[in-house]
Parts: sequence; C-alpha cells; structure tokens
Amino acid sequence: MTDYSSVIPAKAVIERGETSTAALDSRFREDDDVTNKMPEPLYEEEALPAMRVRGYWQSVFYRLRHDPVTLVFAAIVLMIILAAAFAPLLAPFDPYKENIVGRLKPFGWRDHPLGTDELGRDMLSRLLFGGRVSLLMGVIPVLIASVVGGKLGVLAGFVGGRTNTAIMRTVDVFYAFPSVLLAVAIAGAMGGGMANGMLALTLVFIPPMCRVAETATTQVRALDFIEAARASGARTMTIIRYHVLGNVLGPVFIYASSLVSVSILLASGLSFLGLGVRPPLPDWGLMLSTLRQSIYVVPFVCALPGLAIFITSICCNLVSDGLRAAMDVRM
Amino acid sequence: MGRYILRRILYAIPIAFGVSVVCFSLVYIAPGDPLQTVMPPDATAETIAIVKHAYGFDKPLPIQFLIWLGRVLTGDFGMSIATRRPVIWEVSDALANTALLAMFAVPISFSIGYMMGAVAGSFAGSWIDRVVTGAAVVGVSLPNYWLGIVLVIFFAVQCMLLPATGMGPNGSTGFNLLHWSNTKFLVLPVVTLSMIPVGILARTTRAAVAEVRNQDFVQTLRAKGLSEWAVTRHVLKNSLPQVMAVMGLQFGYLLGGSILVETVFTWPGSGFLLSKAIINRDVPVLQGTILTLSLVFVATNLIVDLLQSLIDPRIRRA
Repeated sequence: MTDYSSVIPAKAVIERGETSTAALDSRFREDDDVTNKMPEPLYEEEALPAMRVRGYWQSVFYRLRHDPVTLVFAAIVLMIILAAAFAPLLAPFDPYKENIVGRLKPFGWRDHPLGTDELGRDMLSRLLFGGRVSLLMGVIPVLIASVVGGKLGVLAGFVGGRTNTAIMRTVDVFYAFPSVLLAVAIAGAMGGGMANGMLALTLVFIPPMCRVAETATTQVRALDFIEAARASGARTMTIIRYHVLGNVLGPVFIYASSLVSVSILLASGLSFLGLGVRPPLPDWGLMLSTLRQSIYVVPFVCALPGLAIFITSICCNLVSDGLRAAMDVRM
Repeated sequence: MGRYILRRILYAIPIAFGVSVVCFSLVYIAPGDPLQTVMPPDATAETIAIVKHAYGFDKPLPIQFLIWLGRVLTGDFGMSIATRRPVIWEVSDALANTALLAMFAVPISFSIGYMMGAVAGSFAGSWIDRVVTGAAVVGVSLPNYWLGIVLVIFFAVQCMLLPATGMGPNGSTGFNLLHWSNTKFLVLPVVTLSMIPVGILARTTRAAVAEVRNQDFVQTLRAKGLSEWAVTRHVLKNSLPQVMAVMGLQFGYLLGGSILVETVFTWPGSGFLLSKAIINRDVPVLQGTILTLSLVFVATNLIVDLLQSLIDPRIRRA
C-alpha cells in the first residue's frame, strides 16, 4: 500500500492557512475515499489533484469549470459585449444614415439582413450600436450603486448605533417605493435624458445594495476574529479592509451581478417611456418604442430590439445564478 | 400580539412621512422653475412674484412642505395642470382601472407561480425542478413591455383574435366584466402583467421550500412515520412567511409598477396616468400619483408583516 501521508503533508495544509479541524477532517475523509476505490497503476496520477485541499477560489473556479450552463451563457454575454464594443467594425451601414425610400423593409431587403426601421436606417447596425448604449446604461448604475451603497452599508454595519439607525431608516424610506415607480419618478421629474436616467437607476439601486452590505457587515462584526484582530492592535481601517471587506465583497458582488439584468430591463424601460436615451441615439428600449407604431407593417422587425433586451437580460441572469452557486453566497 | 401590531403600525408612520418628503421634493429636483408650465413666457418680474405668492412658493421650503402635507392629509392634492380636474379624482379613477387589472393578475400569477415553485422545491434536483427553474428565469428576464408588443403582434395583428390596446369599446366608461366584448380587452394586459410575478414567485417559493426541506424537523416528521403528503404540508406551511413577503412586494408592483405595461396597452390606469403626467410635465399629478401608489405599497407591506406574524409567531419576538 502506498503511503498517502507523503502526498498531503500536514505542512501544505498549514501553509494555506487552513489549520482548522474541518480542513484536516476533509483531508482524512478524502484519504478514506481513496483507499476504498483503490484501483491500480494509473491510480496515483489520477487521484492526486482530488486529494489536495482546495482553497476557496480554487473551489469556486472548479465549480464554474464544471457548470456548462453558466459557461455557455457567459460566452454569450461576452459575445454581446464584444459585438457592442466592436460595433463600428461589424456594422454593415452607418446607424444614423436615413433612407426615405427604404423605410420599414422586412428581413433581407437589399443588403439589410435585419430590415430597416421607420426612417430607413439599417436595423442590424442600429442594434449593434444600440447595444453599446443599452449595456452602458445597464451596467454603470449598478457599478456606482455598488460602490456607494456598499460603502454606506459597511459604514452602517460597522459603526452601528445611531449611524446605523440614520442610514438604514433612510434606506427604508426608499424601499417603500416600487423600483420602477421610483426610477420613473426621478427620471420624470428631472426631465429624462441618458445621464438623468442613469442617475435615477443609481438612486434606485443604492438602498438594496446598502442593505446587503449592512447585513453582511453586521454578521461579520460580531465574530470572534474581529475581536482578536482588535486585541492584537489592528486599526479600524485595517480591520475593515482585511477582515470585513473580505466577507462583504462576495454578497455585494453577487447582488450586483443579479442587478445587471434588472438594470438593463429598467434602463430600456425608461428609454421606452421617453425618459432615457434621446433620439437619434440608438438604444434598444428607444428603438422598441419608436418601432411600436409600425407593428402592422413589419411586425418581426419591430420585435427585434426587445428580443435583444430579452436575450441579454436572461444571459446575465443565468450567469449571475451560476456565480452565486459557485461562490456559495447566501443572502 | 396587540403590542406587535401597534409597534409595527407606529413603525410605518415615519416611513410614510419619509415617502411624502421624497414626493414633495420631486418638484424641486426638476430643473428650472416649478412654475414654468403655468407662467406665460413674457411674464414680468411683478407677475412672477404674484404667481409665486399665490402658489406659496415664496415661503421657506419646510413651511411649504407643512402646508402641502396638511392639504394632502385632507385629500387635496391640488389641480391637474393638463386637465384642470382635481388630482385626487384623476388618481382614484386611474387606480380603479389598475386595480381591475391587478384583480385578475394577482390570483392568476400568484397561484401559478406558487404551484410551480412548490413542485420544483419538493423535487429539487429533478428534471421537473430544472424545467420550472428555466421557465422562471425566462419570466424574470422578460421585458414585459416587449412581451406585450409581441402578444399584440401575434394575437391582434396576425390572428386578429383580441384587441390590441385600450379598455373596451366605449373607452374606460362603463366597463362591464360580464360581457366578452369588454373582458377581451383584459386578456393581453393581464397575461403580460402576470409574467414577471410568476417568475419571481416560482424562484422564491422553490428556494424557500428547498431550504425548509433540508431542516432537521422534516427528518423528524419522516422518522415519526408521517406520509410524504403530510410532510409536504408541513414544509409548505413553514415556507409560507418567506413566500408571503415576496407576494406582498409583487402585489405592490402590480399596483404601482405596471407603468410600462399600461403604456403599451394604453390602459387608462395609474401607470398610464403617470406617463401622461411626465409627458405633460404635470407636476401635481406626478406627485399625487406617486404618493398614493407608494402609500398603498407601504400599507401592503404592513399588512403582509402582520399576516406573517399570524402564521409564524416567532417573527413577533424578533
């Protein structure tokens, strides 16, 4: 019988900082499994990787690699992003070039694979360029809200007391509005436009983000290792940076990733209502809104911008679900 | 129990107050003068001062807020700039039409979503679970304004089975629920509205049921020799508070967040009123609609909290 103790020396485990009994237990469990299977010569080569104790990120990537659904949809999201980024290279026509004669033409008319819109502009080119605007409007509010809301949440959770009450009760007020309504109200009052639309969405996303960060921080703050860090002389900022953020970033990141799809839907919805992007800038929501008048002429062309929103949103949702499962974050 | 109810109601009051502050400040985040729409473009400084005084805009903000709040508490939301009717009438008419949609969308979407989630959660990991989870993701990711347009393209333009937009042959007056010629206008908006709540509820219920099934007491029930059906009943009952919280939120969204769907179907409800108010820059209507809808939302959440504590007494102690 091979001596397995040489395969995983206790030192390696300690090096990873996993000196807890759980890590050692799992090591022994894996050892037992191995002994039970015990196939012959190829054995050592095959089983070696499985016997190593995986670190957190290693196991996250391991789980992602073995999740084909998430990988496929992540690839689609990547393709959508690349298509939008390289729109000037990919688009067959100028997305702003109008053509009075060639208005509202069906798929494949002349050189327009996806037809033309109500001003005779090429749909494929406009969809590609529209992706830039729609994706930006979807992602930027989530990014800003994660930073601002996350900071507020950590502050509220870590400081506690009156600061917590003040921040969280203000957040509660914004929770009392349905999110669509709040976005529409703010964008409507400020008079629309792309920047105002993004600002409205950011304001809508800050409260839930703040709550996620606050919950995570409050949970961590009560744990013993924070106390230990403080006892060993760590300064507050150090504790926050090393011990709190490490535990808060996971939930915040996962929540942000789940908001991307919501944000794209809401941003397009604002543009659809005329409160977001202004014409002639191409945006999926705006295109859907202007083409809505023409559903009796070219119904399928009119459905295209919405299809783009739908595909992007569902792919983002599935990738977010996959990430959440891989990172094993509970909220 | 009585103390819990009282505490919960007292807690809702500052929230409602905060909501009204936000609604009031909507006028002031608007660029330019809030009186721009009523003021003639060639108004002299003197006219401007008189109009400002008449509307109370020359007083300090907190005083203006208190005056506004006092009027709102007595049901006076001011006049609509576009129609010259009291805002309260506009809002209540629109809210009744939205409630008509919600009356159908709520039972349909809640029952379908809950059943989908309960089945998927009870058979977590099976093919049924995967099908339901997939369908739920579609429901959550659908832009409902687009779904509305696609349904119109299919059922109204291609098949000519159902009307595309509007609320009955006579407009919104005298809507008769018993006549197909009226009711058929409801079908597409209700289906469109139901899609997102079905997806969200299916996901939440699935997660809640799957989580409760993993708790120790379920094993105890099985060890006691309870039938699978009886165990499922216990599991469903224990997952209910979580599901109800989401139902409450979705109920609020169906009443307040249906602006996109109502715009697609030109359904004269609260969302449509809101989008009209934005286009016309009709600030009193904008304020009134948003305040009313948010207060309905606050009240819904309050009721859900109280119902939750009835089902699960542990919540009261927290």
